Amino acid sequence: MEICELKKRANRYRVKTLEIIKSANAGHTGGDLSCIDILTVLYNDVLNISPEKIKDPDRDRYIQSKGHAAEALYAVLSELDYIPADWVKQVGGYLSPATGHPTNNLPGVEQNTGALGHGLSVSVGIALAAKLDGKKYRVFTLVGDGELAEGSNWEACMAAANFKLDNLVVIVDRNRLQISGSTEDVMALEPLKLKFEAFGFAVHEVDGNDIAALKDIFSAVPFETGKPSLILANTIKGKGISYMENQLKWHHRVPTEEQYSQAMDELRQEKEELV
Amino acid sequence: MMRPLEKGVANLEHMAAVLTAQAENDPNLLIVTSDSRGSGKVGGFAERFPKQLVEVGIAEQNSVGISAGLASCGKKVFTISPGSFLSARALEQVKNDVAYSKNPVALLGISSGVSYGGLGATHHSLHDLAALLAIPDLDLIVPADNAETEAALLSYLENPRPVYIRFGKKAMPHFYESSKDVKIGNISILNEGKDVLILATGEPLAESYEAVTNLEKEGVSCSLVSVHTLSPFDETTVLDLASQTKAILTVEEHSVYGGLGSLVASLLMEKRIWRPLGKIGFPREELVTGNQGEIFRHYGISPYGIESYVTKMLKKV
Repeated sequence: MEICELKKRANRYRVKTLEIIKSANAGHTGGDLSCIDILTVLYNDVLNISPEKIKDPDRDRYIQSKGHAAEALYAVLSELDYIPADWVKQVGGYLSPATGHPTNNLPGVEQNTGALGHGLSVSVGIALAAKLDGKKYRVFTLVGDGELAEGSNWEACMAAANFKLDNLVVIVDRNRLQISGSTEDVMALEPLKLKFEAFGFAVHEVDGNDIAALKDIFSAVPFETGKPSLILANTIKGKGISYMENQLKWHHRVPTEEQYSQAMDELRQEKEELV
Repeated sequence: MMRPLEKGVANLEHMAAVLTAQAENDPNLLIVTSDSRGSGKVGGFAERFPKQLVEVGIAEQNSVGISAGLASCGKKVFTISPGSFLSARALEQVKNDVAYSKNPVALLGISSGVSYGGLGATHHSLHDLAALLAIPDLDLIVPADNAETEAALLSYLENPRPVYIRFGKKAMPHFYESSKDVKIGNISILNEGKDVLILATGEPLAESYEAVTNLEKEGVSCSLVSVHTLSPFDETTVLDLASQTKAILTVEEHSVYGGLGSLVASLLMEKRIWRPLGKIGFPREELVTGNQGEIFRHYGISPYGIESYVTKMLKKV
């Protein structure tokens, strides 16, 4: 897909994400917005998947280990007609089909996530199944950076390298903030690239909010035959809304009417500039 | 009338034999181990079907997560790890990645209860039934003998769904002619009597069986039931039997908090079946040290312990 069209879609997904958060009166706004560009490129330019193929055994899989960014995933799946729009109108509301963390009761959601440190192991299992069956599908897994303090991730990393899963692509949403503060203050992750390399991944860094750069990097996987790929995506928490960017308080917050109106104005302006 | 029983092999060994036989014709059958192929008795399986055994190292959380991923792609997955670790260390993966996500993994909790004997509390699983009974979309099976073991494994292969199957490691007598006599999802009535109903689950069925044989000789008429399937729980049959007896006793290799005894007690209270109820199992305390048999005897999981308990109960009826 053309870069300009991808950018328009990312803009639309940001609008939809904020609509979902506003109508639910809840959501992980900052972490949703940091990963929207990654989701945009994956779902429109990378993944061999469509609403008609959600049960196709040969489809690519997207596993969102950072389940708290559910609204971003729901926004994309809803806009691409995997999920009926009505289903995400009251995320987490009474009798809503959509919970506040991804549920595979919704078409297109592969796995239930939300408790952190789970998605990577499940992804290793899916990628291993492809190898065992001689299938060509790939597994793309998005993990949060704060989430990497969960030890189970590193068990999964060891296994991914051990099984030579070059059909596994892990993307770290490196927005550098978690609920209590900077990732480096809460539990230092750096040198993160070296850690993943030491665990047997082929690693590349990218600006995770640069659509063109993301498109390029995804076209280059696997980076090395016989090794799992890791994309260290440097992102901005709250990306796209001026007053939310890099602001800790927007980890989990709903905009007021005034803030919502300003956010929509900013996104409208960005959209106009994209035409 | 109780009959003398022939000795079988350890359920764990029979499990390995059944899976090896089934793997002959099913390349989709996988075993996932966390450095547990020896204790799981699947070393022979690994040699025969090296591509069907996935070794993940000493990493139980990862083993369950990987198993969930494999199962989501249509693999029939048997995940082997000591019950203690599988149900505690990997509990969140069991809850979320297997049960909640409805990935049909068969979790095989081996050397469960106090099978490890003197190795102590780190290796005992006195809590696994309590923890797992509260999780929806997860079946719970505790086979007592080789037939129940085989029935549980075949049931999963015929209709894969999330299940935890709990194994001990001592040789068990045969309670059935064949696995076809076991109906997974129900309970098995091994003897019918009018004075007392004994419900046992897992390996203590052997001690219960011997106790019932002795009690019958003394003129005490006992019903003996094997509760191999705890979830789904065969409430109808339990209630039917309970309403026809004078007293009820549960026997389990588990804490008396949250296992079979608690399950039966809450059911009877809820349905207003007022009968004296005894629970034999482990108290909520650090257990004495010893081998499995010694620990069993210490806490009354023995023919003598069961007979004494029944005699005392009936005196008060």
